[in-house]
Amino acid sequence: MHKEIRFTGFGGQGIIKAGFITGKAACIYDDKHSTLTQSYGPESRGGACSAQLVISSQPVTYPDIIEPDIFISMSQEAYTKYKDNLKSGGVMLIDEDLVKTGKVRTDVKFAKIPATSLAENIGQKVVANIVMLGFMTAVTKVVSKKAMTNAIKTSVPKGTETINLKAFEKGYEYGTKIL
Amino acid sequence: MLEVEKPVLTGSHFMNGDNACAEGALAAGCRFFAGYPITPATEVTERMSERLPLVGGVYIQMEDEIASMIAILGASWAGKRSMTATSGPGFSLMMENMGLGIMIETPCVLVNVQRGGPSTGLPTLVGQGDMMQARWGSHGPYEIIALCPSSPQEMFDLTIKAFNLSEEFRTPVLVMADEVVGHMSEKVVIPSPEKIKIHPRLKTKEKPEKYLPFKPNKNLVPPMANAGEGYHIHITGLTHDEKGYPVINAKTQQKLVKRLLDKIRLNRDKIIILEEDNVEGADVVVVSYGISARTAVLPIQQARKEGTKVGLLRLVTVWPFPEERIKALAKKVKAIVVPELNQGQISLVVERCAAGNAKVISVPHMGGETHDPKEILAAIKQAVKK
Repeated sequence: MHKEIRFTGFGGQGIIKAGFITGKAACIYDDKHSTLTQSYGPESRGGACSAQLVISSQPVTYPDIIEPDIFISMSQEAYTKYKDNLKSGGVMLIDEDLVKTGKVRTDVKFAKIPATSLAENIGQKVVANIVMLGFMTAVTKVVSKKAMTNAIKTSVPKGTETINLKAFEKGYEYGTKIL
Repeated sequence: MLEVEKPVLTGSHFMNGDNACAEGALAAGCRFFAGYPITPATEVTERMSERLPLVGGVYIQMEDEIASMIAILGASWAGKRSMTATSGPGFSLMMENMGLGIMIETPCVLVNVQRGGPSTGLPTLVGQGDMMQARWGSHGPYEIIALCPSSPQEMFDLTIKAFNLSEEFRTPVLVMADEVVGHMSEKVVIPSPEKIKIHPRLKTKEKPEKYLPFKPNKNLVPPMANAGEGYHIHITGLTHDEKGYPVINAKTQQKLVKRLLDKIRLNRDKIIILEEDNVEGADVVVVSYGISARTAVLPIQQARKEGTKVGLLRLVTVWPFPEERIKALAKKVKAIVVPELNQGQISLVVERCAAGNAKVISVPHMGGETHDPKEILAAIKQAVKK
């Protein structure tokens, strides 16, 4: 098993955190190997940002991703920049509140979720990244649900566990429905 | 001081390299950190600022990197294991006082999470352009110990190793990491405290009236007395005798500086760590370090599939340089390929050691990203042809 995931958006959305939680779920709770790398600009808010995660049943030697199996986009800029790099037959997940796709590639599995407005309905726009993780878990099954909830509980700031788990459930539910 | 949190976080963690470095320092007994935050080393500083006060240590954010370096020298003389962490611009500022640390033989650890330069360059992007600065950046003749981690686990392990070497040889030790390894998150396994090997400070057994603070033992390292333990100690960056008093002449310079060089040079075997994979019988060997050694794995596997006998020699210790190993290797292989995120700094050293016995092919990169594996594969293929 070898999967490459690219998480993209802009600084402040918790894109790298989303990659971190997924990586932690895979290597600490699902007993696989994972390597997370990240890229971001000098600005901490608003600039383009992406996290690259490799999950494998073998130790990961080459740390970068070459052609992702899963592409997650939470910003227009990132969608435009990275959409063509997704592997043919891969999975493309977008936040439809933030990304207008136009004509979507027909050689990939495409799914969308209004992650930001679902997060707003829960009461916190900042958990949109976690809504997206719930969605990703349901649609791709790249990590187990149990591992993800454990990773969320141990990675989010103390006191915010409940709202984050609620956000995860919301995204997971949405993903299960569209399958 | 009060210890309200465990200094050693035994268990499995998903952690970035910078945080693993900070945890390695705490596990090695580091209880003083002075620094000035700088991308991509900020997370080392940040974690030390959070954790040190909770394990009975002291964290100080200094006004700049000149002060940071001098503060960790002072803390070491007061008996604490001390560390600072920085990147390119800060590393430049630390050079003078790194030299002071070498001259007054002060155990401490300096972490450089390298980014693209020169100047402020690429704050958030990778480089390996400070490798020669580590070796020659401070003035005058000196030897330095520099370790190059390739993963968050090694950021933990080699930071501990750096502290141990710094105590064993009474000298500043460098952890020369890079942005990718610093920011990369992977599983880091932290052992239980009793399984972590700690090299204790070499303390003097002499009575205060007989003690000479710079009189070496058989290993060329002088046993230390910490400030406040009742010993009279004189410390100066000037050339000094065994009492530590300045003596400005060629004879004292020869005796002191030769010993400072020799304590590293003659103990190379104890210091140098290499990791070799399929080097015996190889036609081509890739010699690399840090993140570049990991980038090289994919093209090496590809070249093997295509029938080339290619090995990997990873320099875990870059300084002191494993001259003998490279000399011997050059007599057995056709070519050595050296990928690094600079314009061929270590490649030139490899070339000098190969002394014409094998072709040395540099695979330079200006930094800002890691090598495209295809560039390394092309160099390996070129190497076989010659």
